Amino acid sequence: MTINPKLQGRSYPAGDVYSVGRESIREFARAVKAVHPAHFDVAAARALGHGDLVAPPTYAIIVAQRADAQLINDPESGIDFSRVVHAEQKFTHHRPIVAGDDLVAELHVDTVRAMGGGAMITTRAEISTVAGDAVATTVSAILVRGEGQ
Amino acid sequence: MNFAELATGQEIGTRTLEISRADLVKYAGASGDFNPIHWNERFAREVELPGVIAHGMFTMGAAVQLVTDWAGDPAAVVSYGTRFTKPVPVADLDGAPGAVVEVSGTIGALDAVARTARIDLAVTLDGQKVLIKAQATVRVA
Repeated sequence: MTINPKLQGRSYPAGDVYSVGRESIREFARAVKAVHPAHFDVAAARALGHGDLVAPPTYAIIVAQRADAQLINDPESGIDFSRVVHAEQKFTHHRPIVAGDDLVAELHVDTVRAMGGGAMITTRAEISTVAGDAVATTVSAILVRGEGQ
Repeated sequence: MNFAELATGQEIGTRTLEISRADLVKYAGASGDFNPIHWNERFAREVELPGVIAHGMFTMGAAVQLVTDWAGDPAAVVSYGTRFTKPVPVADLDGAPGAVVEVSGTIGALDAVARTARIDLAVTLDGQKVLIKAQATVRVA
């Protein structure tokens, strides 16, 4: 299966709203072995000036990968998820993600580059609140391995 | 933390990450990334991997805790990026960790105008880098 080169420049509009809950922040924090009290204890987060529990620095990947799924599951993309390897990731936080946020992500396919029998695809998720305030920008490069890669 | 007391080259600390298969299952559940290469040995080998490998995002997410704890506020990490260079295979061992990753952090650059510090993370498995250019920018109060 080959990757559709016409994917470059494509955008996927914001899909389902992701509601950030306290237990989701706690569960993610435990999963990345985080121990900072601002992820677990509302009073500790408020003492630092935050409205509620603060998400760990890579928490936005949940929202970004949901947006990426639109591309990966797009029958026109030609991407075999089992051959996807994460090559690069960057997060830029415009403001912290806190419990109670309702987030949406607009996905942009910035580049598609053929590599051997596979391809390197760079996507960018612009994450904002449903009200339209910018929260985070995430950039992911995924390598879709060709046969024997 | 006082910006004036920071200097390029200063070490911020080290951490050892012991990773088990259970950690990968937990990360899959918490993140929603259920790619079977992170929990199914047979599947991982069928797609020409050495075996079950950790989510790159697990390693990236766990490595940055060193920075979060140093900064004192998780929200101080204003940006964070890396390249994933080598997979982290996690062996299926009972009780013992299936992989041990070492993390250390150094101040790579300081921006006196923005009052930010760039922390460069070295993240290794058996002495080999698994993340490259792992850098976090931290706002210093």
